[in-house]
Amino acid sequence: MQSDYSLPHTEEPRVPISAVKRDPAFSALDRRSFLMCAMSAGAAGSIHQLARPLKAMPVWNNEQKQDDAQFTVEAQFYQKLPNKKVKCKLCPRECAVGDRERGYCGVRENRNGTYYSLVHSRVCAAHVDPIEKKPLFHYLPGTMAFSLATAGCNVNCKFCQNWNISQARPEQAPAQYVPPKRVAELAVQYRCPTIAYTYSEPVVFSEFLMDAADAGHEAGIRSIVVSNGYMQEEALRAAYGKMDAVKIDLKSFSESYYRNVVTGQLKPVLDSIVTLRKLDKWTEIVYLVVPTLNDSDVEFRGLARWVKQNVGADVPLHFTQFHPDYLLKNLPITPIPTLERARDIALAEGLHYVYIGNVPGHPAENTYCPQCRRMLVERVGLEIRQMLIHKGECPFCKHTIPGVWHV
Amino acid sequence: MRNERTASRRDFLRNCLAGAVGLAVADQPVALDAAEPVTSLGKSRVVIAQDAQMRGAGTGVDGGRVLSLLDHAMQRLFNARDPIQPWIRMVRPGQMVAVKVNTLGGRGLSTNVQLVEAICERLQAAGIRAQDIVIWDRDSAELERAGFRVRTGASQVQCFGTDRVGFEEDLVSYGSVGSRLSKILTQRCDVLINVPVLKDHDGAGVSIALKNMYGVIHNPNKYHPNGCDPYVADVNMLPEIRSRLRLHICDATTACFEGGPAFKPQFAWQQNALIISQDPVALDTIGWQTIERKRAEKGLKTLAAEDRTPRYIATAADADHQLGTNDPRRIELVETRGS
Repeated sequence: MQSDYSLPHTEEPRVPISAVKRDPAFSALDRRSFLMCAMSAGAAGSIHQLARPLKAMPVWNNEQKQDDAQFTVEAQFYQKLPNKKVKCKLCPRECAVGDRERGYCGVRENRNGTYYSLVHSRVCAAHVDPIEKKPLFHYLPGTMAFSLATAGCNVNCKFCQNWNISQARPEQAPAQYVPPKRVAELAVQYRCPTIAYTYSEPVVFSEFLMDAADAGHEAGIRSIVVSNGYMQEEALRAAYGKMDAVKIDLKSFSESYYRNVVTGQLKPVLDSIVTLRKLDKWTEIVYLVVPTLNDSDVEFRGLARWVKQNVGADVPLHFTQFHPDYLLKNLPITPIPTLERARDIALAEGLHYVYIGNVPGHPAENTYCPQCRRMLVERVGLEIRQMLIHKGECPFCKHTIPGVWHV
Repeated sequence: MRNERTASRRDFLRNCLAGAVGLAVADQPVALDAAEPVTSLGKSRVVIAQDAQMRGAGTGVDGGRVLSLLDHAMQRLFNARDPIQPWIRMVRPGQMVAVKVNTLGGRGLSTNVQLVEAICERLQAAGIRAQDIVIWDRDSAELERAGFRVRTGASQVQCFGTDRVGFEEDLVSYGSVGSRLSKILTQRCDVLINVPVLKDHDGAGVSIALKNMYGVIHNPNKYHPNGCDPYVADVNMLPEIRSRLRLHICDATTACFEGGPAFKPQFAWQQNALIISQDPVALDTIGWQTIERKRAEKGLKTLAAEDRTPRYIATAADADHQLGTNDPRRIELVETRGS
C-alpha cells in the first residue's frame, strides 16, 4: 500500500463519496457527478479539511448495498489449475486460490474455477489533488489530478495510513459505480490533465486502471499511478504500460523489512522500477523513512547507489516523513535531521534530485539545478511558489532538467 | 496526571453497581468462564459422537436424531445427567449468545441447519430468550445458500451475517494480526459458541474450530500465507474472541478430506458425527487425525507430504498462546455412539 504521506500533504484519502455527499456545501451537485471532486476550485487547502471524514463514516451502510455484478469482471492475469483452483499472476505473491476463496488482496475471487476482479469501476475514494501530493515533482507541476481508488492492497504495511480502504474488502468500503468513460468525463469536467490511480494499491485494480487509462487517453487525459510496484512483469507491462508517469513507493532497501513490515519482497519492486524505466515511463521514487526500522546510513547509501546504477541519477528520490498510524503507533515521527541525513547521503552518492517530503516549507522541497545549484522550482507544501524551468531547461545555465514540465 | 486521578463519583457508582450485580448472581449456578489454559485443568476432553442412522433412509440428516446426538455428546463432555444441565453451566438467562457457523461450502459442506436448531433449542431450554440468540457468519447470502433463513424479527432466533451490521471501526491486534471485529461479536454476544465444519483446507491444511474464527475478522485474506501460521492462533488470542468462547461443536455430519474449503462432492464423506470440546486445540488435533485417516483410506498422501501440515495447531498450543493442548497424552478422547 502506498500513500506513505502524512499530514499535511498526505496522500491519504480521499474523500469518500458518501462523506462528501453529506456535506451541505456540495448538496447542489448530483450524486453521479462525483461531488467530492467539486473542490477542485478550493484546491489544496480545502482538500485537507475534506480528507478527514472517512473515519467518521460508517464502515458499512446497509442502504448502500452494492450490486456485486456490476463491479465484477474476469481477471486478466491468472492461470487455471485442477480442481477449480486458480493461480493469480498479477503480483509476485502468486496466490493459489481455491473455489469460493479470495486472494491476499481481498478483491479477487475464485468462482467455480474462474478468477474475478470485484472492483472494476468500484470507486471508494476520489478526489481532486495537486499532482505534488502523489508526489510527482517533475511531472506537470502545478496541475491537478483526478485521483481515485478502489478497496484492496496486495501487501499489508504496518504503517499504512489508508488501511481503512486498502485493507478492506470491497463490500466493506462504500463505493460508487464509476465506469471508465465516466472517470474520463469527470477529469475533463474538473480540468484535470491527469487521472491518478492512488490511495489504496492500484496493482489490485489493474483491469479497471487499464480501461480507465484508455478512456482517458481517448479524451486527451493522461494517467499516472502511485503504486508499490509489487507486480509481475507481464502484468506490469500490460497495466502500467498504459501509464504516462509512475510513482513507486520503495518502502525500504532491505528484504527483511519488506518481509516483516510490508509483507512483501524487495527484489520484485526493484525489478519493476527497472522495467518502468525501460518502458520509458516517467518515474519517481518515494522512500518513507521509519525511525529505527529503515533509517540507517547503510540502507540510504545502498538505495542511492542502486538508483544511480540501475535507473540513473536523474530519477527523483523523495525521502518522506513517517507519522504513526495503523499497526505502527509506537514509533515517533521521523526527525527532520534523519531526513536531511538521508538526502545528504543520496546527493553525495551522485543523485541529482533528492527531496524531503511531508515537511512543508523545508528547502529540500524545492528543485535545484544540479549544475549551477540555483533554485528552479519553489514549493511550500503542495503549492508551487515559483516555476522557473523553461522548455525543460535551467534558465540560468541551460542545463536540461529531466521531467515533463508542461501539458 | 490522568493515570493517578482519584475515582470519580461516576466511577464509584459504577463500581458499586458492578459489585451489586456480582452479589446478585453469586447464588445462581456458576457459569463457566472462557476456556482457561488446559494446563491448569488437566486433560482436555474431546467427545466424538457418531450416529450411523442419522440420515435414516434419506440423504438429509434427521433433526430429532441430531438433537439426540447433541444431547448425548454434551452429557458425555460435561458428565451431566440430563441434557439441559451442560447448557445451564455455560449460559445465564439474559445473556446474548452467538452461534458462529461456517457457510463457505454452501449446502454441501456447511454447518448443518438441523444441528444449529438443536443448539438453539437447548439454549432456550437453559433460559436464553430466542431473540438473544444469533446465528451468524460473515455474509447473509452465504447463510442462505447454506440453507439458513435470515431472520431479524422480534421474539425469534436471529440469523444474519456481519454484512448487516458491519465491523467495529477500531483495530484490535495480537501478535501478527490486526483486524476489525464483527459487531455481532462485540455488540450482540456475551457467549460465543463455535460450530465449524470438519474439512480439509488447501492452504491451512485443515479448517475446523480454530480457523472458523477467521469469519469474525474483516481481513481474513491477509492471514492465509504460510499455512495461516501463526495467524490462526493469533486471531484466537484476540481478547474479544477468547473471552467469549465457551464451546466448540464441530459438525462432522458431512466432512471433507481433500479439496476444501469449498464443497467438492468427490472429496466429501458422511461421517455422521459431532466432535465437541471446550478446547479448540484438542478438537482440531482430533479432527486433523480424522481427516488424515480418511485420506489414508482414500489412498491420498498425508497433509505433511503435501506440505500442508496445519502448523497453526501447534502454535495455538505453544507457550505464547496456550489456547489448548495438542499433546495426545493430555487429550481425553471419548468416542461414543448415539442411539
